[in-house]
Amino acid sequence: MAAALIKLSDLTVGASATVRKFPAQGAAFIRLREMGLLTGTQVTLVRTAPLGDPLEIKVRGYHLTLRKVDAAHVLVEPAL
Amino acid sequence: MALPSHIAAAPASTGSRTPIYALVGNPNCGKSTLFNALTGLKQKVGNYPGVTVEKKVGTTYSQHGQPITVIDLPGTYSLAARSPDEAVTRDVLLGRRSDTAQPDRILCIVDATNLERNLYLVHQILDLGRPVILVMNMMDLAAQAGLNVRVARLEKELGIPVIACEAVNGKGLVELRVAMSRSDLPLARHAWDVPAPIAPAVSELAASLVEHDRKQPLIARAEALLLLTDQDSVRVAGSTPLSPRTTEILHHWQKRWAAEGTDWAGTLVNSRYEAIGQLASDVVLRAGTVGPTSSDKIDAVVTHPVWGWLVLGCVMTLLFVSIFTLAQAPMDWIGTHTALLADWVKSHMMAGDLRDLLTDGVIGGVGSVVTFLPQILILFFFIGLLESTGYMARAAFIMDRLMGRVGLNGKSFIPLLSSYACAIPGIMATRTIEDPKDRLVTILVAPLMSCSARLPVYLLMIAALLPNDRVSLGAKVGIMLLMYTLGTVGAFGFAWLFKRTLLKGAPPLMIMELPPYRLPGLKDVALQMLERAGIFLRRAGTVILGISIILWFLAAYPKAPAGATPTQQLAQSFAGRAGHALEPVIKPLGFDWQIGIGLISSFAAREVFVSTMGVVFNAESSEENTAPLRDALKAARWPDGRVLFTPLVCLSLMVFYVFAMQCMSTIAVVKRETNGWKWPVFQTLYMTGTAWVLSFIVYQTGHALGF
Repeated sequence: MAAALIKLSDLTVGASATVRKFPAQGAAFIRLREMGLLTGTQVTLVRTAPLGDPLEIKVRGYHLTLRKVDAAHVLVEPAL
Repeated sequence: MALPSHIAAAPASTGSRTPIYALVGNPNCGKSTLFNALTGLKQKVGNYPGVTVEKKVGTTYSQHGQPITVIDLPGTYSLAARSPDEAVTRDVLLGRRSDTAQPDRILCIVDATNLERNLYLVHQILDLGRPVILVMNMMDLAAQAGLNVRVARLEKELGIPVIACEAVNGKGLVELRVAMSRSDLPLARHAWDVPAPIAPAVSELAASLVEHDRKQPLIARAEALLLLTDQDSVRVAGSTPLSPRTTEILHHWQKRWAAEGTDWAGTLVNSRYEAIGQLASDVVLRAGTVGPTSSDKIDAVVTHPVWGWLVLGCVMTLLFVSIFTLAQAPMDWIGTHTALLADWVKSHMMAGDLRDLLTDGVIGGVGSVVTFLPQILILFFFIGLLESTGYMARAAFIMDRLMGRVGLNGKSFIPLLSSYACAIPGIMATRTIEDPKDRLVTILVAPLMSCSARLPVYLLMIAALLPNDRVSLGAKVGIMLLMYTLGTVGAFGFAWLFKRTLLKGAPPLMIMELPPYRLPGLKDVALQMLERAGIFLRRAGTVILGISIILWFLAAYPKAPAGATPTQQLAQSFAGRAGHALEPVIKPLGFDWQIGIGLISSFAAREVFVSTMGVVFNAESSEENTAPLRDALKAARWPDGRVLFTPLVCLSLMVFYVFAMQCMSTIAVVKRETNGWKWPVFQTLYMTGTAWVLSFIVYQTGHALGF
């Protein structure tokens, strides 16, 4: 549990992590949460778009895109 | 937690009235396919009054042949609405829309391959206290993905009918129909505990909603939960403001939670997902891990930093090549047959104003719009194909960064690109953009993308500008490309401007599901294409007909003395006089009154400019062969003997056509899509204003430089 938290946007492509800190407010985060991205949820960064933004993540078995600016507010603990 | 007594006592049977089912589900879960499979062609497509959201209502039949009404509600991930579409789903389910009867029962469709996220919406819907049938779609794909979805188990846990289904090939429809025919649908044995810190607030809010906001007791609890999940969602279109008392209660609790450090919305969503997680782990058995799916393999190429662009380029090229090649024959056919129809009417009616109104006004005017129908249909078909295969989302994913530079998101890409062929399907395709401001900006700039109706004008002007024999093909292509570039730069420039000034908003979200690739349901795509074309013809038809008649009247009256040539008639008609009246305004652009007539008449459709010039300059010419008209244009002079169509004037005129809103069909469609005259009027003014300013700059600069 002592592992350092990093921004979801800084996760390496292909790596998995567990969401540890998730913003309580903000339009993007309310919807992301309702789509199943919650504290404790496992995510995998699948790829970035050809121009580096947005990101494609895999969460609860499906693929979702979000922009880097939004992903930077989500802190994750990378899986070892 | 036991259900409140009023929910348990909800009526499960509708008596003798035709029962109404609402069909709801996440986007991409096969909802439209199921709706089409259930109702076939017995569908009515319209609009919800006050918003531009498609209203689809169909009829299906019970196993005993009794009619059942099905309302296909817009797909959503949550009842806490974030867009006008989602607000419609919420409001119909909550019985808030006076134009739509509250559904008696709810048909909830979920994607079996992606159960957890899909069950979130189901979980919210079970709060509504209505009988629900759960349709577990895509069972075949779930099996392929190594998932064993135990439908019977889910049915037992929820206490409602759960139907395994494969909507694409009709599997499970019989069982669904049987379930829909039941008069005694059970209510869900749906037990989830609202987390302790939130529960008293939910009861208090629900009570206040009943007392002060006149909400039905049955759904007050669901309303209170939505309010706490996403407070902003009450502000989304179509919502009535909360009563002061309820607002007060809400603020009181929020202040208290904020002081305690309780993330109320997060707690609510978490607790739902906890309940769902338990349910899903009971119901779904994973048969080991499977390797990358075929969708993953396709995406490795399609969203690849290099191959991705190549695929996008190929898809778009294919789209445009097929529009221009496939549409040509039917367009010619329509052109010929409207002419034949006009001739037939001419030979069967007495000569007179009524005949001319019919042939020149109605048939001619509407014909010039209908000519574009093949193109519009093909575009609708391609857009439908891109949507249903899942490629649309990938194109948006790839293009998002570029579109983000002007403040839009990737979803505006396809509508804008389609507008190169025709702005009408492009504008109608903006419905996939959730944010109303982004959608409006996309609609406002879409007609700046050079559409195919501008081509004849460009071609004629290039022909007049650069005589065939002396100039290389390269110069002509270069000018053409310049016009397309000008339009594109204009579109993005104005999008940037509007997003910063008039329609300022938060940077658009790019939260979008990338659904697995699927084979397109051709039947669904074709049905959607016909629906959209029907909407265009029906809704735009009246405006187009009206403007056609006005334009005809302007050109036909007042009557010239008997024996006048068409050229003389046009010259002294209202249109001719308007051309004269317009001359002082357009003279600084290098245009005279005769070009003015062309500008006025091509308001019907840009390519009408060519035929009007033919009448004005008395030159028989067709779109394919502009040579006689070109020579006539070259011979045209100002009264003082100067050449009218100098190269500079041709250029100025082309620039004018790049920017001016010369298309009544687009105006009609924008009116429909924005629900009023405000935006189409604004759009016409800003586009035509820009056209004037830029033509002015081109002409005056060129003039000063001695051209």
